[in-house]
Amino acid sequence: MNKVFEKPKSLGDKHFSYCPGCTHGIIHRLIAETIDELDIRERTVGVSPVGCAVFAYEFFNFDMIGAAHGRAPAIATGIRRAHPECVVFTYQGDGDLAAIGTAEIVHAATRGEKITVIFVNNAIYGMTGGQMAPTTLLNQKTDTTPYGRTAAANGYPIRVCELLSTLEGTYFAQRVSVHNPANVIKARQAIRKAFSNQMEGKDFNIVEILSTCPSCWGLPPLKALDWLSENMIPYYPLGVYKDKDIRKEEAASA
Amino acid sequence: MGKKVLMKGNEAIGEAAISAGCRHFFGYPITPQSELPAYLAKRMPEVGGVFLQGESEVAAINMVYGAAASGVRVMTSSSSPGVSLKQEGISYLAGAELPALICNVMRAGPGLGTIQPSQSDYFQATKGGGHGDYHLIVLAPSSVQEIVDLVRLCFDLSDKYLTPAMLLSDGMLGQLMEPVDFGDYKPETVEKPWAVNGCKGRKNNFITSIYIQPDRMEQHNLKLQKKYAEITEREQRWEEWDLNDETEILVVAHGTMARIAKSAIREAQQNGIKAGLIRPISLWPFPVKAFESLRNIKTVLTVEMSAGQMVEDVKLVINGRLPVHFFGRMGGMVPTVEQILEQISELRKSPVKIK
Repeated sequence: MNKVFEKPKSLGDKHFSYCPGCTHGIIHRLIAETIDELDIRERTVGVSPVGCAVFAYEFFNFDMIGAAHGRAPAIATGIRRAHPECVVFTYQGDGDLAAIGTAEIVHAATRGEKITVIFVNNAIYGMTGGQMAPTTLLNQKTDTTPYGRTAAANGYPIRVCELLSTLEGTYFAQRVSVHNPANVIKARQAIRKAFSNQMEGKDFNIVEILSTCPSCWGLPPLKALDWLSENMIPYYPLGVYKDKDIRKEEAASA
Repeated sequence: MGKKVLMKGNEAIGEAAISAGCRHFFGYPITPQSELPAYLAKRMPEVGGVFLQGESEVAAINMVYGAAASGVRVMTSSSSPGVSLKQEGISYLAGAELPALICNVMRAGPGLGTIQPSQSDYFQATKGGGHGDYHLIVLAPSSVQEIVDLVRLCFDLSDKYLTPAMLLSDGMLGQLMEPVDFGDYKPETVEKPWAVNGCKGRKNNFITSIYIQPDRMEQHNLKLQKKYAEITEREQRWEEWDLNDETEILVVAHGTMARIAKSAIREAQQNGIKAGLIRPISLWPFPVKAFESLRNIKTVLTVEMSAGQMVEDVKLVINGRLPVHFFGRMGGMVPTVEQILEQISELRKSPVKIK
């Protein structure tokens, strides 16, 4: 009998404790499959955030370190500079990366830090019960925008891929989604590129993954997937925002 | 057999760290310690090390956290306002039980303050500064030679107890140029099987400071407290200077203030005043043992470049046995020999000053 599907080596035995319908589960699996495929489990160090994924180190089966809120890119920098032979990635939510961690992510990108950033964007603060995130959409109701987010009070949501792609240090930035199987496959490919780029010495790679938070959005899991594709994708278009490989190819064929 | 080199205090921190096997510095410019990152920006590449100027003191302490977790000797430095920024990272280092050296070249505050020296971060260094029940090992040098010796000791104690350590210097020591002997020092290498640097050949490690079940968190805290009790028992350090059974006036001072106090004490002795000094070298753990026997001392004077911070620990340790007085200057002003001599002379006339 052929084994056609199994738990990746890079996932441990602990059952995920995420909410029903939470896309952290899918994303954890995609990362673990990538690390197995690239055979880098024994030299990977992951940096977990403050947010729902704070205990990510309990689910993965490789070295991990818990970071202070927003500081993961700086911590990843410290690890990578001390151990250039390691493959280092951060796993961050929207508050971690785009609120408190804005300085750290911008500077890791502009330094061209050779790390991979997995950015889980679900337009809300999940762990703390559903407050506004920098990526919360206009008119979206949250615990701290009970009447709906307005530009007048809270400004506009941040588009992280677009922002970071203006920096020379950013090698690769792609926004993907995991709301249906076709997009999960594209997400997997983007994650693989972001890791293999690092292995090839290509600086700073980020994959922004549009994700659901059924609990805090107040929607059942399947409706949450619909809400993502109907509301988030128009504001956060999917696609490749930066790829220095393409730039090089274009220059070569010019 | 080493040779003597004339060195600036701030730069001596860097060279001492390199001699202790530290090859990773993450920092940020701030007066009066910017000579240190500048020195290491040149020296680290020479010894195959890493120098990185981060985007802020916050970023730098977190880079230290990452590198420390990966098992290497690592340091950062800053001055008072920047050290305030690092407090979160320091609490995380303590909670995650990671070794690292943090240098504070103190300047006057509060707020942006000024660039002249002070000792007004004593509370911040020894009583927390960051949140939670933790302590930093805090060592305070009073000469450029001692900077070198204590930097090395900081790394050794930090690795031994798996806890961050602070070198508490000030703007004057930072600028001072004195001869230093680096000697034939060879740093100890310490195994770090707990480090996160790729799990080849072993089970995966993780470094964290969160334990969400309260009974588990309490266990962790009890473990930290046990560690601090061990450090308190074993690592108190101080200098006794001209202290004997004839001493009547005890002066307590650390760092730069101890040097100035020593000059004042010499002058006082020439005037027939029997004064002596205890100089705490470890500010945490505070050298309680130095004050066990008060011999024939009649009165105590603490001198600091602050509104009076270490004096509270002196009062605690004297515990009502003797009157404890304080003299200090703030705002970057440095007490002079004359001013301290005046204080000592007044205490000679009336050992107990009721304020």
